[in-house]
Amino acid sequence: MSAVVDEHDHHADDHHDHGPAKGLLRWITTTNHKDIGTLYLLFALAMFFVGGAMAMVIRAELFEPGLQFVDPAFFNSMTTMHALVMVFGAVMPAFVGLANWQIPLMIGAADMALPRMNNMSFWMLVAGVLLLASTLFMEGGAPNGGWTLYPPLVLQPITVGKALPFAIFSVHLLGISSIMGAINIIATIFNMRAPSMKLMDMPLFVWTWLITAFLLIAVMPVFAGAVTMLLTDKFFHTSFFNAAGGGDPVLYEHIFWFFGHPEVYIMILPTFGVASTIIPVFARKPLFGYASMVWATGSIAFLSFIVWAHHMFTVGLPLAGELYFMYATMIIAVPTGVKVFNWTATMWKGAMTFETPMLFSIAFVVLFTMGGFTGLMMSIAPSDFQYHDTYFIVAHFHYTLVPASVFILMAAGYFWLPKWTGHMYNEKIGQLHFWISVVSVNVLFFPQHFLGLAGMPRRIPDYAVQFADWNMISSVGGFIFGVSQLLFLYIVIDTIRGGTGEKVSDEVWEDAAKHSLEWTLPSPLPYHTWTTPPTVVPTEHVLDSH
Amino acid sequence: MSTNTAYYIPHKATWPVIGTAGLVTMLAGFANYLNGSSIGPALMVVGLLIFITMLVGWFTLQATESETGMYNHEVGISYRHGMMWFIFSEIVFFAVFFGTLWYTRNLSVPWLGGGATKELLWPAFDATWPTNGPGKVGGDFEPMGAWGLPFLNTLILLTSGVTCTWAHHGLLANNRDQLIKGLIATVALGFLFVSFQAFEYHEAYTEMGLTLGSGVYGSTFFMLTGFHGFHVCVGAIILSVVLFRSARGHFKPENHFAFEAAAWYWHFVDVVWLGLFIFVYLL
Repeated sequence: MSAVVDEHDHHADDHHDHGPAKGLLRWITTTNHKDIGTLYLLFALAMFFVGGAMAMVIRAELFEPGLQFVDPAFFNSMTTMHALVMVFGAVMPAFVGLANWQIPLMIGAADMALPRMNNMSFWMLVAGVLLLASTLFMEGGAPNGGWTLYPPLVLQPITVGKALPFAIFSVHLLGISSIMGAINIIATIFNMRAPSMKLMDMPLFVWTWLITAFLLIAVMPVFAGAVTMLLTDKFFHTSFFNAAGGGDPVLYEHIFWFFGHPEVYIMILPTFGVASTIIPVFARKPLFGYASMVWATGSIAFLSFIVWAHHMFTVGLPLAGELYFMYATMIIAVPTGVKVFNWTATMWKGAMTFETPMLFSIAFVVLFTMGGFTGLMMSIAPSDFQYHDTYFIVAHFHYTLVPASVFILMAAGYFWLPKWTGHMYNEKIGQLHFWISVVSVNVLFFPQHFLGLAGMPRRIPDYAVQFADWNMISSVGGFIFGVSQLLFLYIVIDTIRGGTGEKVSDEVWEDAAKHSLEWTLPSPLPYHTWTTPPTVVPTEHVLDSH
Repeated sequence: MSTNTAYYIPHKATWPVIGTAGLVTMLAGFANYLNGSSIGPALMVVGLLIFITMLVGWFTLQATESETGMYNHEVGISYRHGMMWFIFSEIVFFAVFFGTLWYTRNLSVPWLGGGATKELLWPAFDATWPTNGPGKVGGDFEPMGAWGLPFLNTLILLTSGVTCTWAHHGLLANNRDQLIKGLIATVALGFLFVSFQAFEYHEAYTEMGLTLGSGVYGSTFFMLTGFHGFHVCVGAIILSVVLFRSARGHFKPENHFAFEAAAWYWHFVDVVWLGLFIFVYLL
């Protein structure tokens, strides 16, 4: 590929400065991958606190048995909206933000392949979340049938109010946004790589995002189709999910989870990619088993399409279906295990240091493994009959999302923010943030395993008194975890505004440039990077071991 | 014609945010309309107008940039990636509705008409296809046959695929006359298809008692053929734009991404129709 220009000389109105435009319009009309990455990350951070506030409402209501603060319908709105906001507003956009910043830097590209579409993906996301948020202020309140939007529950007038069509169109917009983002990532990785970088030279973060992008394109239209049928069943007299007309509500569950299972991997695969980027740097060793990491990621992505009905073991599947989905689900533990052992082997005999990004990454390896093990427990169909729809499920998926995806997003912030801004964050406050988070997140979610095994149902505003103690402990953990995230907000703002005042080096972390290209660029990063692609790419990260 | 050797990265973009505003206004209007609010239709119209303005503006900009040689070979590859994966996402969207048809015919309807469900709930229900379910939702109806208009439409769409390829050959051989004639034929056949489908729908609603509300048969029939018909309209509009640009002398034998993208889309719509003809009409 030839050199890259950021502007053309065919129009007289072009000004030839290389910096960003001034004022608000810069952010609205930007096509720069770093600007768009920043927009995604700040939006995701804001939504993390919005979704977190909803979680605080949930934990406050569950602090004691009985109805305290909110009415049950609003409580159900909170569980529904907390999930939708965290999944579609916080975690997914945060990873797209990281992709925007990091993929062009890591592969030696001047920008994303389709910069205008990149801008549109972001604003479609904002539009979708605005539509969803608007339902909070509507007659009947926000959707309260759960984020899965199961019929006939969400089609009944009493649970719907005016929110349903807004929620459905929000899903459409979020889907368009995700698909455009994914297409952009695929085109960028295939078409914009530095000429000397082969596919198997790519940093693992780039690999995991490439595979995630395929997952997004393959499943977001599935979700769009499912909610479109909800819309027509509700407003246009169709019978897709109506048994009297020959339809079947279970069909919705099949379609939803055909989307939903890959969707949870869309949130975890980039997590794996970031962890595989950070751990080698602080272990001062190449990533152990690079090729097996790539293949494990691909295997997990493939398996995600053929295990969906393990979310539906109690729906009345034929026995053959229960058996198939049970065994297929268990197989996922194999490639996931490959990854966990590879991270461990990367740290083995490494010259490790424990800066904040590394602390979060190590916590991720340990706590994600716990979430994985409870997943294995639930994959056993007869056992799942006990766990289904209890707090055990809630504990399981929060372990895979909070101390896994969210911790790794924090780690990514601490890891790359110095590179992006040129300022060092305050290590003491960072470590304080880590230790409060890692303790409180376990106080928050670990007792939920016990509650679930004892039979406490999920999505319920009140509960029997025998569940009171663990709920109170869980709530206390939740409040501490929630408040301690303000430390992260403080650190992000402080670092952007100058941090410790210490000027960081180009590498930031010792020998980081051996691992990935972005550390060979100046800190802070100039507005345009790699206008001519690098000729040499680091290969340290692809060496299997010493 | 490509004078730019470097990868073109636009400096700033105003159309994306305008298009997003149009789309979200349109959808908010539609949601308001469904909720029975009187401002709904007005919002929809405003949103649609903004959205159309964006389409015209953005595509004019792209065409101008392309014709002035600002896109090098690599930009073309990015665009091809974009179109290819967009069509893939559309294939998945249609697969959902084909999957729904398969599940309904092979699983949910037989389950309703067999075993304890039949004995205890619907003793009178005979699980055959087509059906509007044990509740006879939507009342008596006559299913749509395959060999009348649908078969004619199959021939029309297949022919349009041929004329589209013929136009492409004309473009590659720099035979502008063949290019334009081929495109005119393709667009005309596309709109003919849509007109016949409109006539078919009219028959269904007025003569056969077959509506979107005719149980699960009506639901799957109209959703599958309706989404396809919408895609034919979109494809024909895209081809019309390509025809308009061809008439103004755009495209070169070695550089005509917009034509290729439109042709890919048209063939995709064509293949989906073959699936519909077999699974919705024939079987």
